[in-house]
Amino acid sequence: MRFMMLMIPKGYEKATPGTMPDAKIVAAMMKYNESLQKAGVLLALDGLHPPSMGVRISFPRGKPKVTDGPFAEAKEVIGGYWMIQVRSREEAIEWASRCPGSDDCVIELRQVQEMCGFPADVQEAARGYTEFQSGRSRPA
Amino acid sequence: MFRRPRGVIPSSSLDDPGRRDATAKAACACQRKDGLIVVVTTRDPRRAIDAVWRIESARLIAALVRMVRDVALAEDVAQEALVAALEQWPESGIPENPGAWLMATAKRRAIDHFRRDQRLERRREQFARESELRQEMAGSEFEVAMGDDIGDDLLRLIFIACHPLLSTEAHVALTLRLLGGLTTEEIARAFLLPESTVAQRIVRAKRTLSRARVPFELPRRAEFASRLRSVLQVIYLIFNEGYTATTGEDWMRPGLCEEALRLGRILAELVPEEPEAHGLVALMEIQASRLRARTSPTGEPVLLLDQNRGLWDQLLIHRGLVALERAREMGQVPGANVLQAEIAACHARAQTAAETDWARIHALYDALIEVMPSPVVKLNRAVAIAMATGPAAGLESIDALVGDPSLRKYHLLPAVRGDLLSKLGRLEEARAEFERAASLTRNARERELLLNRAGCQAGRAKPI
Repeated sequence: MRFMMLMIPKGYEKATPGTMPDAKIVAAMMKYNESLQKAGVLLALDGLHPPSMGVRISFPRGKPKVTDGPFAEAKEVIGGYWMIQVRSREEAIEWASRCPGSDDCVIELRQVQEMCGFPADVQEAARGYTEFQSGRSRPA
Repeated sequence: MFRRPRGVIPSSSLDDPGRRDATAKAACACQRKDGLIVVVTTRDPRRAIDAVWRIESARLIAALVRMVRDVALAEDVAQEALVAALEQWPESGIPENPGAWLMATAKRRAIDHFRRDQRLERRREQFARESELRQEMAGSEFEVAMGDDIGDDLLRLIFIACHPLLSTEAHVALTLRLLGGLTTEEIARAFLLPESTVAQRIVRAKRTLSRARVPFELPRRAEFASRLRSVLQVIYLIFNEGYTATTGEDWMRPGLCEEALRLGRILAELVPEEPEAHGLVALMEIQASRLRARTSPTGEPVLLLDQNRGLWDQLLIHRGLVALERAREMGQVPGANVLQAEIAACHARAQTAAETDWARIHALYDALIEVMPSPVVKLNRAVAIAMATGPAAGLESIDALVGDPSLRKYHLLPAVRGDLLSKLGRLEEARAEFERAASLTRNARERELLLNRAGCQAGRAKPI
């Protein structure tokens, strides 16, 4: 099963544009990433620019409305993610626990949805979902 | 090693800083004044320990084999450490560094073992090992044993599990057990075998290794390539065992593909200079990307060219292509794994079956036959020729294989031949070939499919 480990650094919601992580923290994270890679569980990872460089699109009354960051209402935001492949939820928890975290961050663990786990009517409504994931057009 | 995150746990467990926060405690729910129920953790201690074991066992056993120089003993003391964890952790919580805890416990058990074992002829040798163990325990904590140098230990352990003294079945069982951290029961379930059979295989293999006093070292340069090749074969065998099980009765079958992929990825990181290791990873990633598309909703196998490519897993394809690129960058003459991965990549890159670059696939099979002249590869090459230049040319190269004794019972030979004959309008011959193929396959669903095709030929074979 696949899990996404979402890194939520405290204060990142207010970080100024161009904010870069501390070199020491990056070095510790690199070591952690390497341990995930060497254990064969890491599928993908990315870090995200702060929300002050981002844009939100909301839909008041169904109409798109574009707002530039930072977003005053955001209490916590995602700073990056890891996608891992593990055999159990516990294994995902164990890997997340090994992250060199501090008081300043939280990792949220979320399992990736597999279509086969959905009820029949949802599966029917979502027919072609995996085609979208792969960027190919939906079959007729 | 890693610092543990703090502050997400109930305060009671913070009293003991050496323990990880509540992770091994049972679910703890409390109702707040506002009526909201807060569940602190739902982690089942037994399953949490399983997860730790899964992550640590290979490195643990690998380091222990280096110290005690015996796979059976190393695994025994590692298991004893696991039992101790199961007894103690539910009460005490999971230690700050669970790997080091298991290591220290296992080492203590190993020392006990050496003390008990008073047989004279091995005494001096064991005394030496015991002092080594003591020194290591006194040394800079356990980080040394579980630190960065663990890579070589792991690699040595993989080579031992796939030692030429052992049978292929033993290679598979031992690799999954020692490197994959699977239990005997899980291996048995994956291979649809009785648990006792697998247990016996493992015991016998370990005994063979002990008796032969197989040295715990990396194969020498001259031997290295061939030993690595057999390790790669074992991993691919595990992958295929999962991959060919098209009727998904048991979750462990696709689980085997994942297991093999994980082992392959670990190995590729241990021998990053070996293009064939990256080639194997590339091949497995790309093949695994098609798992969702390989069976119809009713469970029938779907052939590559008929698959809904929208179901292919693009993340795995991407990883496969990257691994292939890594192999290619080394600039060596491509080996069997790299070439097979190249072929798989040709299919992965084609948006539709019609866009497949068959000329390139044909050329790749020509190269593959040089390094892997197996009849099955020759048959696949014939298919590529047929797709690249037409059924007549394909049939010609297949006819050259008909007498091959190793293909005599291979149902795909008449199946492919029947297909080409059918395309050439030689329907009576095609029907006979499909019937022959049906009589050779052991898979009931496939037999049905082939007989169906045979019937269709007869229906169309109406001379005016």
